[in-house]
Parts: sequence; C-alpha cells; structure tokens
Amino acid sequence: MKITRRGFMKVTGLGAVSIALSQVGFDLRPIKAHAAKLKIKGAKEVISICGFCSVSCHLICHVKDGKVISAEGDPGYPVSEGALCSKGASTLAMINSDHRLFKPLYRAPYSDRWEEKSWDWILDRLAHRIKETRDRDFKEYNDKKERVNRVESMFHLGSSQLDNEECALVHQAIRAQGIVHFDHQARI
Amino acid sequence: MTNHWIDIKNTDCALIMGSNAAEHHPICFKWVLKAKEERGATIIHVDPKFSRTSARSDFHVPLRSGTDIPFMGGMIKYIIENKKYFQEYVTEYTNASFIVSKKFEFNDGLFTGYNPKTKIYDKSQWQFELDGNGNPKKDKTLKHPRCVFQLLKKHYDRYNLDDVSATTGVSKDNLLKVYSAYASTGAPDKAGTVMYALGWTQHTVGVQNIRASAIIQLMLGNIGVAGGGINALRGEPNVQGSTDHCILWHILPGYLAVPRGDLPTLEDYLKATTPVSHDPMSANWWQNYPKYTVSLLKGWFGDSATKENGFGYDWLPKVDKGEDYSYLYLFDRMYKGKIKGGNIWATGPASSVPNSNKVRKAMENLDWLSIAEIHHNETTDFWHRPGADPKKIKTEVFLLPSCHKVEKEGSVSNSGRWLLWHYAATEPQGQSKSMGQIMVEIMNKVRDLYRKQDGVFADPILKLDWPSNYDAEKMAKKINGYYTEGPKKGQQVPSFGALKDDGSTVCLNWLYAGSYTEEDGNKAKRRDYSQTPMQAKIGLYPNFSWCWPVNRRILYNRASVDKNGRPWDPERAVIEWKENKWIGDVPDGGWPPMATGKGKYPFIMRKEGHGQLFGPGRAEGPFPEHYEPIETPIKKHPFSKQLNNPCAKIIDSDADKRARPADPRYPIVLTTYSVTEHWCGGSETRAVPWLLEAEPQLYVEMSPELAKEKGIKNGDPVIVENTRGRVEAIAMVTMRIRPFKVMGKTVHEVGMPFCFGWMTPGAGDATNRLCISAGDPNTTIPEFKACCVNIKKAKRLRELSR
Repeated sequence: MKITRRGFMKVTGLGAVSIALSQVGFDLRPIKAHAAKLKIKGAKEVISICGFCSVSCHLICHVKDGKVISAEGDPGYPVSEGALCSKGASTLAMINSDHRLFKPLYRAPYSDRWEEKSWDWILDRLAHRIKETRDRDFKEYNDKKERVNRVESMFHLGSSQLDNEECALVHQAIRAQGIVHFDHQARI
Repeated sequence: MTNHWIDIKNTDCALIMGSNAAEHHPICFKWVLKAKEERGATIIHVDPKFSRTSARSDFHVPLRSGTDIPFMGGMIKYIIENKKYFQEYVTEYTNASFIVSKKFEFNDGLFTGYNPKTKIYDKSQWQFELDGNGNPKKDKTLKHPRCVFQLLKKHYDRYNLDDVSATTGVSKDNLLKVYSAYASTGAPDKAGTVMYALGWTQHTVGVQNIRASAIIQLMLGNIGVAGGGINALRGEPNVQGSTDHCILWHILPGYLAVPRGDLPTLEDYLKATTPVSHDPMSANWWQNYPKYTVSLLKGWFGDSATKENGFGYDWLPKVDKGEDYSYLYLFDRMYKGKIKGGNIWATGPASSVPNSNKVRKAMENLDWLSIAEIHHNETTDFWHRPGADPKKIKTEVFLLPSCHKVEKEGSVSNSGRWLLWHYAATEPQGQSKSMGQIMVEIMNKVRDLYRKQDGVFADPILKLDWPSNYDAEKMAKKINGYYTEGPKKGQQVPSFGALKDDGSTVCLNWLYAGSYTEEDGNKAKRRDYSQTPMQAKIGLYPNFSWCWPVNRRILYNRASVDKNGRPWDPERAVIEWKENKWIGDVPDGGWPPMATGKGKYPFIMRKEGHGQLFGPGRAEGPFPEHYEPIETPIKKHPFSKQLNNPCAKIIDSDADKRARPADPRYPIVLTTYSVTEHWCGGSETRAVPWLLEAEPQLYVEMSPELAKEKGIKNGDPVIVENTRGRVEAIAMVTMRIRPFKVMGKTVHEVGMPFCFGWMTPGAGDATNRLCISAGDPNTTIPEFKACCVNIKKAKRLRELSR
C-alpha cells in the first residue's frame, strides 16, 4: 500500500487508531501520544497572507488564547498550494518577536534617547505640529499666480505594506492636508 | 502583470530578464517549472549574475547591467529580418500601419523636438498623420515609408549582432540562441511570456526597457494570450494595490492624473485629461475619466462635493507643470533645508534610497518626523547612527508602533491583480495599531484642532467624508462605490459601468468597482474553485477571489482571438465567441467580434485602440534607444553620439558627485539585488535569528579574474567605494559573475545585496550609499542597478564584525 505524507498524517493524526494500525502495520502508540499533545489542537484557524512579495502566499494561522501559535502555508490558495519560502515560513517568529515595537515612542529634539508616551499624548503633539507647519507654509498661489492650495514643506512616504483599504484612507488624508511630496516603494 | 501567476504554466518560452524569480519570488517559480516540465517550455534567464533562476533555466545569458535595450533592439531586428512576427496580429491589432507625421525624424541618438536646455522633447513632432475624420492614416500593406512598421525596421536596423554584442558583452552565439528561441513564439499557436522586476525598472532607461519588451510581445502576438503578456513580478506585499490606490504624487486613485496649477477648475482638468477619439471602432476607455474623477471626489468630500463647487476640486493641492515631487527630489529638497516635517510609514529611506549618506544627513534638517513601523530600523533611529551626534540633531521623532498584518483584516492585490482578503487572527499586540487606525486618529486630532482654532484653508480638512474609526470592511465597500441618490441610494454599484459624473455615485477607485456588490458581498473573500473545462485548461480560477478590472484575469484578451472571435490557439483559448456570446475569461469589453462590424479594437485603454509599437507618450522618444547608465565604464557606444538618456533626471548637490564616463578611478560596474532570506532593506527579517544566520552580513560577488587583478581572496574583507560612499563587504569570489568584453576591453561587474544596515551590529551597512541619484525621465525611479565603483582590500573594519 502506498502512503503519501499527507495520507499518513490523516490516518495517524486524528486518532483513528484501530483502522490506522492495520493500514500502516506498525505500532502507533507513540504517535498517538504525540497527536494528543499537538499544540494546534483546539486552535482556531484564521487565513492571513504573507507580508513579503506579491505572490501573496496564504497562511493558516492557528490561534489559541488570543495568541498565534502556528502559521503555515494554506493549500487552499491556488497560486502557492500551501508552499512558503524561508521568509514566509518565518512568519510566526516575526509575529511573536520581542524585537517588535509595542509602545509609542518619542524622541525630543537634541535628545539621545527614546521616551515612552501615551498614544493620546503623541498623536496630540503630532497633530499640533502638522497644523502649525501647514498653517505657516500653506501656499495658495505659485510663482505663476496659479491657484495651487498646497504645502511644499511637508511630505508623506509609504507604504506598499498597507492594505488597499488603508491606502485609500492615507491617500485621502494626504491630499486633504495639501501635501504634494507624496511617494512610496513603487518608485524605488 | 497583464496575466497572472498561474498563467505562467501556459507558456512555451519564458524570457526572465531583470528578475531573479527563483530567489526573489520563490513560490511563483513552480509555475515556470511546470511550463518547462509539462509543456517543454524553454526558460531563458538574461541577467548579469548566474543565480538559482539561471540554474533552473535552459540557458543563462550574462549581460552587462544597463544594456537591455541593445539586447532587445537586436531581437526586434532579428524578428523583422527573419519574418518571425505575427503578421495578422501586427497589422490589425498594433499601430504598425499608422502613418507618422513628416516632422518625425531620428538623428544620431536624438528624436526631433529635443530642447537641450530643458532636456524635454516637443512631442507634437511625433504625432500620427490624420485623415479627414481626425483618425490616424493607415497603410495595412505596411509599405509606406512613414508607417510605424517601416520606421521601426529602420530604427532597429542599426542594432546588428556585432554592435549589440560589443555593447552588452553578450556573445553573438548567445544572442542568436535567445533571439531564435524567443522569436519562435511569433507563431499563432505559440506563446511567450516576459517576466521582469526591478532589474528593468531601476535604470535611467527603465520605462524604455519595458517598452522594448512590449514591442517584442506585440510583434510576436503575445499580448492577451494565455502563457503570454508582460509580467512585472511585483515585490512588496501590496505594491500592486498601493500603486492602484496611487500612494504617489503624480496620480490619484485609479491612475487619474494629479491636478495641476494650470488646470484651475474641474472642467479644465477633465478637458485636459479625457481623450477624444473619432473612430467608432475605438472604445477609447478613458473617455470615462469624468465619471471616475467625480465619483472619487464625491467619496472624499461626501455631501460637501457638489456640482456647483466642482465636487471639491479646488480643495485638492495642485502641482506645477513639469515639476517632480518624488523621492529623489524630496530628499534633495530636504537636504537643502526646504522640507520641515512629514511621515515615513513602513518604508526605510535611510537604507533604501540611493546616496543614503545624503538621505541620512537630509533627515537631520527636519523639525519633526512621524514614523509608523513594526521594528526599529536605520530610518527610525537615524539620529544616533554611527558618526552622528544626537545632541546636534533637532528632529522631533514620533515613533508609532504598527501591528503585524496577521493582527488586522483587509485586502491586498497580488501581482496578478487578484484581490485577496486576510482576516485578523488576533487583536494587535501591545499598544500597536493598524496603520489605517493610526491615520484615522491623526486626522481626527487634526480635524478637531481646525474645528476649535482658526487655521489656513480648513475646508479640505473639515469637509472630508472621514470615519471616526478604521473599519476595513466599510472601506472596502466605499472603494467599490455606491449610489448616493435615486431608487438605489445606499446600494453598492455593480461595476464601473454604473459610475456617473453628476455626483450620484461614490467610488474611491474605479478599477475596484465590482469587487464588493449587493449580490455577492466582498468578493475578495471568495474561495470558490469552480471553473468550466475551458477555464480550467489554462488555470483561470475566475471564482476564486476577484481581480481588477471586472474580474478579467488576462488583460487585452480580445487580442487572443481573430476578427471572428476564434482563438489563435484553440488549445489555450482565453475567450471565444460562441453562440453569440463570449465564453472563457471576461472579455476586454463585451462587444461582438470585429468582423461583425459592431466590434471594437482590442487595446481599449489607448485612444486609437491599438497596441503601440510607436509610443508617442514617453519622455525620451517613441522607440526605445540605447543610452548608457549615467555612470558607465565606457566613453562611447556604437549606436549614437548620445551617451546617456538625454532626458534623464539627474540630481545635483554637493553630496551628489558622479564618476566621469570611463573614469579610471571607478572602472567597475556595481549592480544590486535581494536575497531570498531578507526582505528589502532587511529590518524585519534581520530580527529573525535563522534568517540572519543564513545570510549574516554584506558581501560583494566578483569574478575570479577581478579578484586576481585586485589581489583579493574569497572571504577577504574589502572596501567598495565611489564618489558617494565607502561600504565594507566580504568578498565572495565566484564563477557566477563573469567579466564582460565590452567595446574591445574587459569590463568587470560586481553585485551586492542591499538588505543590511547598521542597526544589526556587525552585519554591514547600506549598499545604497553607493547608488546614484539619477532617475528615469518618465517615472523618476532611480538607477539602483548600475553605477561605478572601485574595490580594495580592507585594512580594518568598522561596519562588519569578523
């Protein structure tokens, strides 16, 4: 009898022990014990997408107690058919990396360190700086006396890491502020 | 991509050029291998370096960086001389038969109309000759001396094997091997695909590289067919979608032109942007410009956008005609103290923009900077980089922690334009938030301030139709669009066909209209694998997710059939006219076949409806012409006296020093590339221990011949330097890189990855410190892929640990 890897997992992994024993012909007790302890047992499956190139390989994230405990290739996406490259296969490590930023940080002028700040404080201060710069540098007319309603001294860069819905909002907000220096990774 | 990932399996020949697909888009490569194994397709890799893509190809052809146009120009000549082109396709579907104006000429590297002072062409001299109805005159025998076909033939007649070989460094045998293999796809029942990436775009002739491939593909009848197309292997996870939504100064969502100062009203803007065709056979799709523009403005400004106020057009910022506001110019102006504050979201210019030393210095001139990121990187922490004194840097930095993609829901568009939904696995960790939520909150704070205090020109900020919280599902509905009045008020529009220019519809991006409908809901979530046998044959998957436009999986697919609607290749049919309707893919417009007299030309996005062998819209000419990179190891080339692109965008400042042509101080060509294990600038992947272990530090690949010349051994630390910077790297001496024979002399090329930065101690620092601030005149994409350097052994190391 020919057993593929997937077929093997199917007959052994789900505890169908009596049939499985006769099918594979060897002692499955250690495997059964392992299966009972599979870390994804009882986890919720959520489909996500790899955050790297535009092949957009899909991921199945296993979520338990509000935490992603496994992220593997999704065979249901016809392009990748479950495969992941070395980066995509490292997704779990990236989600749960202690290298990630978890708090808003602020660096004051001429300071040599970051300070933790609340979201409210940091966004409030940022909004003031936006308004102050915009109000000071807003140009209603250019040198040719054409009406331009823009701010040249502010800019926005990014990003192709945003979802479509986020891109649509960012675009709207940036034009509304009058920003013309507006660009992202598609240019570089 | 005109086609999509799975479609690569349908090809008879893949020309992979300007891409290392196997290493940089690893999972797509299975479709290349499927074509090779199941169809016996020929896989060709043209690239300076032998890589794992080359290893799996039928042959690898090394080419000197920046010489793709002579390589392809030679192929165009080969196709014409050997009559390998697809005659019927070329005559009926391309502009080969159009007669060009008498004013048009080409002399010694320059087309007519060039103004050397402004470096801009007067394109009015490149127009077609018009008949009494205002349509281009045609000669379908293709014999008229001024028809596009004859001009094309004349233009590329100069691209003979000797000169192409002497310029590119490719042997004549190799040239002929590629030309004959690829030109064989000109048969009606053969298909060839072009796969490219940044290796083509990142040149001062980037757009013309792609234009040259478009000419080849049109001549061989490879556009619109399964297994064909021009396929940009897009890099970033949503760079397709972020480009469609136009996070770019020069376009509004859906590729609509940015408003300009010389177009003061909506009426002026629409008049300037909306093309008019007098040919009843031309669909002239952009005639819908007003509908798409007004629906967008209505989405941005809601009830405040009225017919009377031009739907809020006045509130939009206007650019100056001829001015450029992209990366290179932004950082130059920042360096010169003209930029005061801004946002850098999920992109790392301190490592990823050319001449990074200048970029880093420029950032010190900012009063404030907001950065949304998932990790610290060379950009967030620029103020304490090696050699900088934080006590002298005034910039106030706001670092906003953004969540990981798996912690939010929303859609991305893959390279094949498939719209794909991802779900939130968990809440954002710690205090991180989605960037959508961050932008909503920033704008709400700004709007509050403008409500409470006086401010300059507050209307565009206060009159926005803006949410109180970020909701991806709601935004997806708004991107699709809905009716604002009438019996269907509040309902989703079914497609862009329903959009109006009178304010009765909202749509944030016409290309995405049809993605979220009343009937089917959010189509990005579809996981339906059903397909007809005809669709299954080419792996179309029309019910899995959705793709723009209107779920059309292969663009320009009406060029895959003859004038009677019969597929050129019945075995690989994309669409077919059967029992008075189209079956297969969604056709490029539902009109009946052209032979019925009620049809339309297949290239509907062009005013004249034809594929453009002659492309009069590009900055530096209607035909691609060879120009050397701005920094080049040679003083002249055989094709003309014009050494560089006459329209190239070159930045000048005291930090932008360049090598002279054939500068003896910097004789070696440098090209840059990615590695499989790191992502772009590398800040995310360098945080994963095993990825960093696999690719731990910066190296420079060089041939054994160059290594011998320089007395360098494999593993030696070296300095790679030029006028802009000095970069430490480990020498990787390898046969993967070969010296080129160019214009009778040996030219060495070296290659370096660009994924390392000083934030990962001992890994090395940005390669882009060496790259040049010069860009393509159409896109201003910088010339990362070719500049000149020299190499010497390092005596002591500061950036690399040993």
